[in-house]
Amino acid sequence: MPDTSGSTASARVEITRAEVAHLATLARIDLSDAELDHLAPQLSVILESVASITGVAGDEVPPTSHPLPLTNVFRDDVVVPGLTPEQALAGAPEVEQQRFSVPRILGDEQ
Amino acid sequence: MSTVTLRSFEETLEKYDPALGLEVHVELNTESKMFCGCPTEFGAEPNTQVCPTCLGLPGAMPVVNRKAVESAIRIGLALNCQIAEWCRFARKNYFYPDMPKNFQTSQYDEPIAFDGWMDVEVGGETYRVEIERAHMEEDTGKSLHVGGATGRIHGADHSLVDYNRAGIPLIEIVTRPIVGAGAKAPEVAKAYVAQLRQLIIALGVSDARMDQGSIRADVNLSLAPTGADRLGTRTETKNVNSLRSVERAVRYEMQRHAAILDAGGTILQETRHWHEDTGITTSGREKSDAEDYRYFPEPDLVPVAPTREWVEELRATLPENPTQKRARLQAEWGFTDLEMRDTVGAGALALVEETIAAGATPQAARKWWLSELARRANDAGVEVAEVGVTPAQVAEVQRLVDAGTINDKLARQVFDGLIAGEGTPEEIVASRGLAVVSDDGALGAAVDKAIEANPDVAQKIRDGKVAAAGALIGSVMKEMRGQADAGRVRELILEKLS
Ligand SMILES: [Zn+2]
Repeated sequence: MPDTSGSTASARVEITRAEVAHLATLARIDLSDAELDHLAPQLSVILESVASITGVAGDEVPPTSHPLPLTNVFRDDVVVPGLTPEQALAGAPEVEQQRFSVPRILGDEQ
Repeated sequence: MSTVTLRSFEETLEKYDPALGLEVHVELNTESKMFCGCPTEFGAEPNTQVCPTCLGLPGAMPVVNRKAVESAIRIGLALNCQIAEWCRFARKNYFYPDMPKNFQTSQYDEPIAFDGWMDVEVGGETYRVEIERAHMEEDTGKSLHVGGATGRIHGADHSLVDYNRAGIPLIEIVTRPIVGAGAKAPEVAKAYVAQLRQLIIALGVSDARMDQGSIRADVNLSLAPTGADRLGTRTETKNVNSLRSVERAVRYEMQRHAAILDAGGTILQETRHWHEDTGITTSGREKSDAEDYRYFPEPDLVPVAPTREWVEELRATLPENPTQKRARLQAEWGFTDLEMRDTVGAGALALVEETIAAGATPQAARKWWLSELARRANDAGVEVAEVGVTPAQVAEVQRLVDAGTINDKLARQVFDGLIAGEGTPEEIVASRGLAVVSDDGALGAAVDKAIEANPDVAQKIRDGKVAAAGALIGSVMKEMRGQADAGRVRELILEKLS
């Protein structure tokens, strides 16, 4: 089966200024022009460092998403007790109406 | 919220060909969630059906629900799909708090089912809808937006999230573009969703309640100039939560696109929201590209590789296919092609079937669902299945008619009572005093009164013009608020005037 997750064998990975700007929009982070100029080359360096791992495996090592040769690990459709609402919400920064209270959502529903 | 001037539907069709696409999410009716053992009950108190896995707590490990995979395969097979020999889950990453993990576990380029089709009938014509894929994923949590005027995101100052629904198994069924439907496009869209819903019900894999969101449709629509061999830019309309809305949303978007294109504008590829109350769509977010979701194979779940033996076992559990079933029922019921088509078109096939199973004759079942109850559903703006009367009740009303307790006219008032929740048909007949009067004493007095009030008519009957009795029967029925036994009234009139 083809793997769609692997990167190419080349360690040259570049992230353009426009890509950084697009990612910032997706993440609802307001970046100034100066910040974009500053961040784009930095991110390229990080990606390049990570991509160097692709040089370790030769052609004989196929890309893989799972280290174990397992398939079809299933559970039966049986209800098992989970958490009480108190437990579930214990780690929430804020709780209201037995729900997780989150800051104002920027952007639209996914 | 800007309003737009729409092109008329006719003008739209003169210049453009619509292309439809439907994405239908089916919430499965498993006992437990997709990747954890939390229960899936609808309407539970917030955050009472959650655990470390569906809350995305560190270290929690998901395990796939076998029943959900079986349901996915059965849906795929029923849609004439190929079933993948090997496929994986993928993480769909996005910025929205409805998934506490910050991603939704879905499938990306390896759906469990693909390349299928379903034949959809509209007005006697068959449209083959090609199914691109049916894939497994998990539902998201539910958000309440606080502080805004209308409970919507915009203007809210914070949101409250309930994760009970997060992790409930979903199957997303995606069609290929449906082209060539022309003026029928809105109806084809509705018929597809209706027929898919019937299929899901027959498979028994979901509650299939559109009003509770267990079936949700997104409607993609684009227009291309008539005859152009390409597709236009599409919009994706979400929040289309009834069959009727599917049809209306397609029609609306066709007319809206046409108005923009005619004015020399371009269609923005975006998500739009359907508003049930006003019947319009409004702009949502710009549609993200698939790559924006940075899909990658889910490392915590091993691949699903259904053996061919398992697939064939599941194929053996499929219900009769709808086309064959329809042909069989038509023969059994003795319906004409037109009667059958009308029944299917009204979305009443299953209702008629259940009413017959509950003891009514095919013609009686058809009569009530396609006339009286279809009219009420139309008036109320709901599907006939949602009108508030069950097949068993319809069969019971017909039994009361057959027994002479009520007539067809009184039966309509029994339906009023049923919709108002006043009890069983028999209880409503008693509480509303609807039973037909066939007692000679009461009828005789009313007949005498009618003869006295209509001496001319009475004389005609005495002279042998029996047909004139109709006028007197009408007069008696009016006097007795429709509750007289018409046959007995006629006999009494003729006896008295012979
Ligand atoms: Zn859970």
